[in-house]
Amino acid sequence: MTAYLKLDHIDKIFTRGAASTEVLKDISLTIEKGEYVSIIGHSGCGKSTLLNIIAGLTGATTGGVLLENREVNSPGPDRAVVFQNHSLLPWLTVYENVRLGVDKVFARTKSRAERDAWVMHNLNLVQMAHAKDKRPSEVSGGMKQRVGIARALAMEPKVLLLDEPFGALDALTRAHLQDSVMALHQKLGNTILMITHDVDEAVLLSDRIVMMTNGPSARIGEVLEVPLARPRKRLELATNTTYLKCRQRVLEFLYERHRFVEAA
Amino acid sequence: MNMPATKMDIETATPAGPAAPVVAMTPKRPPRSETYARMARETAVRVIPPLVVVALLALVWELICRRAGSALPPPSKVFKDTKELILDPFFDHGGIDKGLFWHLSASLQRVALGYSLSAVAGIALGVLVGQSVWAMRGLDPLFQVLRTIPPLAWLPLSLAAFRDGQPSAIFVIFITSIWPIIINTAVGVRNIPQDYRNVAAVVQLNPLEFFGKIMIPAAAPYIFTGLRIGIGLSWLAIVAAEMLIGGVGIGFFIWDAWNSSHISEIILALFYVGIIGFVLDRLIAGLGKIVTRGTAQN
Repeated sequence: MTAYLKLDHIDKIFTRGAASTEVLKDISLTIEKGEYVSIIGHSGCGKSTLLNIIAGLTGATTGGVLLENREVNSPGPDRAVVFQNHSLLPWLTVYENVRLGVDKVFARTKSRAERDAWVMHNLNLVQMAHAKDKRPSEVSGGMKQRVGIARALAMEPKVLLLDEPFGALDALTRAHLQDSVMALHQKLGNTILMITHDVDEAVLLSDRIVMMTNGPSARIGEVLEVPLARPRKRLELATNTTYLKCRQRVLEFLYERHRFVEAA
Repeated sequence: MNMPATKMDIETATPAGPAAPVVAMTPKRPPRSETYARMARETAVRVIPPLVVVALLALVWELICRRAGSALPPPSKVFKDTKELILDPFFDHGGIDKGLFWHLSASLQRVALGYSLSAVAGIALGVLVGQSVWAMRGLDPLFQVLRTIPPLAWLPLSLAAFRDGQPSAIFVIFITSIWPIIINTAVGVRNIPQDYRNVAAVVQLNPLEFFGKIMIPAAAPYIFTGLRIGIGLSWLAIVAAEMLIGGVGIGFFIWDAWNSSHISEIILALFYVGIIGFVLDRLIAGLGKIVTRGTAQN
């Protein structure tokens, strides 16, 4: 097993004045190239913090992140993020939003025309080329998220970080987008790390599911392999015993052993 | 008995014979005269109420000031006295004996210069204060004190420094209009959503690109609020400053008219000052609307 992305004993302590809370404790994880890994846990367990640390948007208190054996501690396009609330810039068109990243990443390696073609190629991948001149406010929530994915993909990241990418979408749109992401993963072979709180989504999409215990001091509770062949079909899996078993395992972890306790 | 019935259902369900011709329907457009009539109605609704109010006020004014010995002239007399100034705003008899157009344009030039300087400096300082916590801690108390100083209080000091009326007037405009621009820009920059900052960080925009591509568009609505307040204040300040520095300008025109007891001219000048202040305000508001078109949150 070659460690492509390695999380090495990450601790994160937030300090506010005199009070300090330990959010993450001793998180270690290795992810192979081309792997699709999900991190699942109850809200407030620090999964988004973990993703921010990997993205370099927040620093770890101790421990670190290694990408291809090099430490990363500042944000960069090699770890492109698809944000939960799409985070498209409202004053730019769909095309310009994707182009923003492309212009930076390929400033020297691609000509103007090549960059244009590359933006269109990525918009085509997520089937959004038709709306390239629209502003984010003029397209639906699912479409915005598609553009968010295109923007991240267009930076050719080594690891694609998805921060609850489908959380704000309705169930049908979500299913549709999950299929798209699966197809893209199949086609492009990206390494993907996804934060989610949806059990079905985790089992359907991932090669491995990392289950986190409740915070504070959240740890990795369990890592589950999902030995399902790809391409996976949503409908066929509904009765697949392996799928159901995996789903059962995750549900047990989340709702029996690490039940979410509402903060009093 | 069931069978034939089902069969009949199917038969009726399938289209029988040639399909109905598809008729392309053009949406019915109301006749042109109707659109014009509607536009005229909408304009009338906006224009008539203020006109009625103005007419009533003029009537009251006329009735009050009409009697002999009244201190202020009634509107009819104002018009009679200032007819020449209204009809020929472009005359130039040398010195300060010029038409109103020249006075107003001199004032507008001073405002344009002072206001442009304060817009540039104000946005720059606002960005600094909004972006850096230490700059805010150091500068904000200073700004809060300085901004309460009335415009004209700066005039003697700037006259002492510049030893000339023209740059002093421009400085007064500058120092009057800069505060709301700084403060609003700073608030706008401080309120840039963390999401946009994250995007910029992931894409690795350098500070200059961040300024142009994220900060200015994201803070534009706030910046334009500041710019709009600023233009109003500079127009307020210029009239007062010009009264003191003299020369060509609408402020001194008013002062000169007062010294020569031409009350009607003062009233006419006030009318122009109001109209131009209103136009300036609308100009900046309109510019802001165009620039911030895409920035509205969705």
